[in-house]
Amino acid sequence: MVKLKVNGTERSFDGDPTMPLLWYLRDELRLTGTKFGCGMALCGACTVHKDGKAVRSCSVPMSGAAGAEITTIEGLGANGLHPVQKAWMHINVPQCGYCQPGQMMQAASFLKTTKKPTDAEIDSAMSGNICRCGTYQRVRAAIKSAAEELA
Amino acid sequence: MSAIENVSRRGFLKGAASAGAFVLAVRFLPDSLHAEGLPLNARVDRAALHPSVYVGIDADGTVHIIAHRSEMGTTSRTSLPMILADELDADWKRVKIEQAIGDERYGSQDTDGSHSIREFYEPMRQAGAAARIMLTQAAANQWGVAPSECAADLHTIVHKASGRRLGYGELASAAAKLPVPKTAELQFKPKSAWRYVGKGAPSYDLSDVVMGKAVYGMDAQMDGMVYASIQHPPVLGGKVKSFDDKEALKVAGVSQTVSIDPFQGPWGFQPLGGVAVIAKNTWAAFQGRKSLQIDWDNGPNASYNSDQFKKQLQETARNPAKVVGNRGDVDAAFAKGAKIIEAEYYVPHLAHAAMEPLVAVADFRDGKVTAWASTQNPQAAQDTIAKALGIAKEDVICHVPLLGGGFGRKSKPDYVAEAAILSKKVGRPVKVVWTREDDIQFDYYHSVSAMYMKAAVDGQGKPTAWLQRSVYPPIGSLGDPKMNYGGDFEEGMGFTDIPFDLPNLRVENGPATAQVRIGWLRSVANIYHAFAVQTFADELAHAAGRDPLDYMLGLIGPPRTVDINSMKHPNYGANYDVYPNDTGRLRKVLEVAAEKSGWGKRKFAKGSGMGLAVHRSFLTYVADVVEVQVGDDGKVHIPRVETVVDAGLVTNPEATRAQFQGAAVFATSIALSGSITATNGVIDQSNFDSYPVARMREAPLQTNVTLVDSDAPPAGVGEPGVPPFIPALCNAIFAATGKRVRELPLSKTKLA
Repeated sequence: MVKLKVNGTERSFDGDPTMPLLWYLRDELRLTGTKFGCGMALCGACTVHKDGKAVRSCSVPMSGAAGAEITTIEGLGANGLHPVQKAWMHINVPQCGYCQPGQMMQAASFLKTTKKPTDAEIDSAMSGNICRCGTYQRVRAAIKSAAEELA
Repeated sequence: MSAIENVSRRGFLKGAASAGAFVLAVRFLPDSLHAEGLPLNARVDRAALHPSVYVGIDADGTVHIIAHRSEMGTTSRTSLPMILADELDADWKRVKIEQAIGDERYGSQDTDGSHSIREFYEPMRQAGAAARIMLTQAAANQWGVAPSECAADLHTIVHKASGRRLGYGELASAAAKLPVPKTAELQFKPKSAWRYVGKGAPSYDLSDVVMGKAVYGMDAQMDGMVYASIQHPPVLGGKVKSFDDKEALKVAGVSQTVSIDPFQGPWGFQPLGGVAVIAKNTWAAFQGRKSLQIDWDNGPNASYNSDQFKKQLQETARNPAKVVGNRGDVDAAFAKGAKIIEAEYYVPHLAHAAMEPLVAVADFRDGKVTAWASTQNPQAAQDTIAKALGIAKEDVICHVPLLGGGFGRKSKPDYVAEAAILSKKVGRPVKVVWTREDDIQFDYYHSVSAMYMKAAVDGQGKPTAWLQRSVYPPIGSLGDPKMNYGGDFEEGMGFTDIPFDLPNLRVENGPATAQVRIGWLRSVANIYHAFAVQTFADELAHAAGRDPLDYMLGLIGPPRTVDINSMKHPNYGANYDVYPNDTGRLRKVLEVAAEKSGWGKRKFAKGSGMGLAVHRSFLTYVADVVEVQVGDDGKVHIPRVETVVDAGLVTNPEATRAQFQGAAVFATSIALSGSITATNGVIDQSNFDSYPVARMREAPLQTNVTLVDSDAPPAGVGEPGVPPFIPALCNAIFAATGKRVRELPLSKTKLA
């Protein structure tokens, strides 16, 4: 039995402990904001926060989530929209939008530790998150905008 | 229907001759805007007033507008309803957008070929105007005045003299009793009164997307559904000889395995066949599949090896081939002993790799199918399912959630049919989820191509003769695997529509047979044709010691309509009188891009430089000036791109700029690393490690998009950004390093 907290709610899971957190969130909890993109931690679409830090949920087995506090895009803005989400809307970042929950979860985690990000720091933090629509320029702008609001 | 040709996808698959139907045919449009006699199953149809299949108005004033095209990131789901709302003079805040199911009554729903706005601008306007006129008449009747004394004003009809007002909701029921005006009688708002068109709005779904609430195909659920993962034959046309599922069935959560028959005849959009593992969740299905033991009969395509095929294509390209366009006499000009310049170019197969892997849910029940699918073409999904199960197309309901990207792959509904076939066999709703590996290994690939270019040039370096030849397995192989010449529509994407002022010009196409499924990918044949033509032009400029901008303007020649009679092409299915190939507009975008970029006025350090290219595709004119820095390690950095676009009337400028920014990134992926290869018929790449795409650090840092003001009719915006970017980048690399890129991806050229 794996016990964990998802978006503030206590949960327990007694299925296959090797099942990635991604599929638990999506298929069991129906938290479908977290996306499947590659299954190998190569694209970042499945990014969630585990104890506050960005992780690729496709590569975290349920056994590795035991006792953890997980936050998904549905829980990011606990009291309204998170500054990152506001910036994403203000800059009009998404095209198809599929990768954007992962992009935002990555950005929100990054901005916790980097208050005034440079282009190079943003590149480094965000290059694990693929966007095939090519919204990178706006992702970068939105991160800078969110950083200002958080400052 | 009189002047409108109905080319269904099924018809397309029947004959090789119509293989280009998806881009060259004028699409099916509904007979009229009446909804009478049609199934009243949409919210729009149930509204108090619904004079068209696209719009309905409730008594409370809510305006429902149908989005009948698939939303995969281009914002067409928002922009098309905006056109209707504008003509209706509706308050956008009171508009609810309803995504249509697949249904022929909406006209073409095949969301590819960059034609959503181009083709449906007028139908949307007409639907909006018809409703507005009916509401106006209803108000006039109520007040006992002439309708000419009344006007629409943001969700109300106002009597101008008295200032009396009635809301759209209050008028809806009375308006519904009035006849729907005929299209010819409609009067449209003057441009000065437009509220939304040309100003634009963010995506209707923006807030849901940002909160993670938006429902994509991957998120669709049906009660009682099970999950399936399918092992396809590793080689196209392969079959299961035998399989052992003992280990697979031992995996917790796996309930059964089901074999799917291979396709019969031309593969078209039929499923590939294979063995499906059914389970209670996605992960269990994936795990069970890994434990399957399958013995395959790989069939004849197991001889497909990319290295060998490349040599064949290149050899074919070096030899005379079928003439598909001719002007003057190139042979006579070549024989005159002028300076000859030749070059060869090569672009490999490419995969679509949309962020959302292919996915569909289907429920077969009582001889009917209900599906939820990430599809660019729900009507083709209906057709493909109906054919696979031997039921009527009308018995297939295909809902279309949001798509996590598409790029042309999701026009081919093989995976949707898989879900329906499995649901029938399993007796429950089945969700088919492709892995990323499936997505890359079982794609409908952008075709591999070899190009040969030859020019004779005069003393100023201007071509007196120009020969261009391309060789690629054609898209028509979908309907006829033996088809080995390109269709007119493929040749018309950057080859027979070449806009240069050349007295002697010949376009040739050589044969190549498909051994993988070939499909269309964002901008299609324009990718390789523009790469060859625009790189070759740059080579000629440098050979003549001329400035590439000056040289390119000389090649394009004076403003004119390019003569289509000597070089026929389908012009993307558009009337050439309405959408001529106008070199004045082509020159303009190039001149503006040059000016914005500071062309000719800037000095660059070693390893840095700018390159340009200009190309018309999907009836839109695009110029790119790309600035590049090539490091000592050969790494390519793109600090800035100036893109200038003339797409005619632009409905949603902000979304359009986003499309061109995105196209620059998509093209960067193709240029830097896009390459699909096969060994013994099996695709060598499988995920983002072996098929890398541009990440933030490789993507252009800043792409500035300038939209040229234009009163020309609307043209495409989703695809046209891709073709010129790649040669502009490669020309920039030449300017920066002196290294000429003739083969993609760039990793094949040593830049360090």
